[in-house]
Amino acid sequence: MADVNAKGVLTAPIFHNNPIALQILGICSALAVTTSMSVSLVMALAVIFVSSLSNLFVSLIRNHIPSSIRIIVQMTIIASLVIVVDQILKAYAYEMSKQLSVFVGLIITNCIVMGRAEGFAMSNTPGISFLDGIGNGLGYGFVLMVVGFVRELLGSGSVFGVTILQTVQNGGWYVPNGLLLLPPSAFFIIGLLIWVMRSVNPEQVENNEFKMKENTKPKEAV
Amino acid sequence: MAQGNNSIKKILIVAFSLCIVCSVIVSTAAVALRPMQQLNQELDRKTNILNVAKLYEPGMNVEEVFREEITARVVDLDTGEYSDEFDPDTYDSFQAARDPASGRTLSGEQDIAGLSRVENFATVYLIGGEDDPDQIVLPIRGQGLWGLMRGFLAVEGDGNTIVSITYYEHSETPGLGAEVNNPRWQAQWEGKKIYDEEGDLSPEIHLTKGGASSEYEVDALSGATLTSNGVTNMLQFWLSEEAFGPYLAKFRSGTEPEDAEETDTNFEDVEGA
Repeated sequence: MADVNAKGVLTAPIFHNNPIALQILGICSALAVTTSMSVSLVMALAVIFVSSLSNLFVSLIRNHIPSSIRIIVQMTIIASLVIVVDQILKAYAYEMSKQLSVFVGLIITNCIVMGRAEGFAMSNTPGISFLDGIGNGLGYGFVLMVVGFVRELLGSGSVFGVTILQTVQNGGWYVPNGLLLLPPSAFFIIGLLIWVMRSVNPEQVENNEFKMKENTKPKEAV
Repeated sequence: MAQGNNSIKKILIVAFSLCIVCSVIVSTAAVALRPMQQLNQELDRKTNILNVAKLYEPGMNVEEVFREEITARVVDLDTGEYSDEFDPDTYDSFQAARDPASGRTLSGEQDIAGLSRVENFATVYLIGGEDDPDQIVLPIRGQGLWGLMRGFLAVEGDGNTIVSITYYEHSETPGLGAEVNNPRWQAQWEGKKIYDEEGDLSPEIHLTKGGASSEYEVDALSGATLTSNGVTNMLQFWLSEEAFGPYLAKFRSGTEPEDAEETDTNFEDVEGA
């Protein structure tokens, strides 16, 4: 967060300071909505919308927010935006809102949105806060799309609903991996993704909080 | 500035005005978008009815085809006759089941589909004219593995041969129970029979493991035993005498359901009329 310039706040969260991969925020919704890519995309757009606008509004009134109720103020703004998104989806993308169901509402509890409002928008000007919200939404969306791609391709044999691998159920050859359609698989994929990202950028690797003891021999353990 | 912000007066002003602004935004969005949302729900329901009746093609004008092809009627589940007491376009059987005046509680023995309450009147959709319809679309619902499944069953005009089944609302496991909406699985239902030759009101149709061998059996969903049980149970319930049994029996015996007789005074019988 050292460089507060427009390009920096917009692109840094995608690879260098990714909210999911580096800060490990917003994991829960990433597990739930990534069974197909189109759902992931809509979810990502919804989060970008909410995080950018909540950052904008929080930043606009940041000098008037009493510090004692600032979290409630942020929550109220975020919750209102989420309800608006939910209503819009129900009106214009009914099928999609049926699939996303409760998870749109759960954007309220997404730590990324809250974290950016509290950590960035409270101390920066509206313009840059808005961009920061978009940037972090994009970072979240990027991970969602990668996870969604792997899960949909290997779990249902398709990408964006277009069949790539003809599954056995539909008379093809590909036996879909059922595990990838269940939430735990997203943990594995996000874990592998974090591994890859930290191997590419070794500076992202955190220092150990404690030092592990040398291998204990089985004899000593008993 | 920071000190001024934390005075009680300022806190109240900020909190109050924020609430006002946010509630105005939220309620505006909700009210402005409601007609659109209801339209969507309605369209979704009609699409599903057309879909189960095999009339649906992508890109078609759902409203228009629905108006041309389909007649909605409200059926008295007890007698199996049509009722004019309710307007089929607005009657909501799901709500009616919850209302003590228009629904009844099922005993544990009757309640195989896990509904706990059922309505006294239900809406059916007739295709190909009200008299001697080609197809009858029945609403069905029941517990699956994770929650309530709601769908439609299309039956041919003989009241016994199944056309198709579809679920428009369920929360079954993707890839396993959610395969209830796989077109390949749905295709198996075509031509299956609900009742056997004996002519009673107990449905024979059920899902079975290890390959369907008779016309009353459909392959269960692999890896989804509890969802399959749910589907069997809800069919057994909705096609039994508790629900659509008496109605379908009229088609099977060749006597079409009639409009319910007027319970008001019949003026022709009154002397001097």
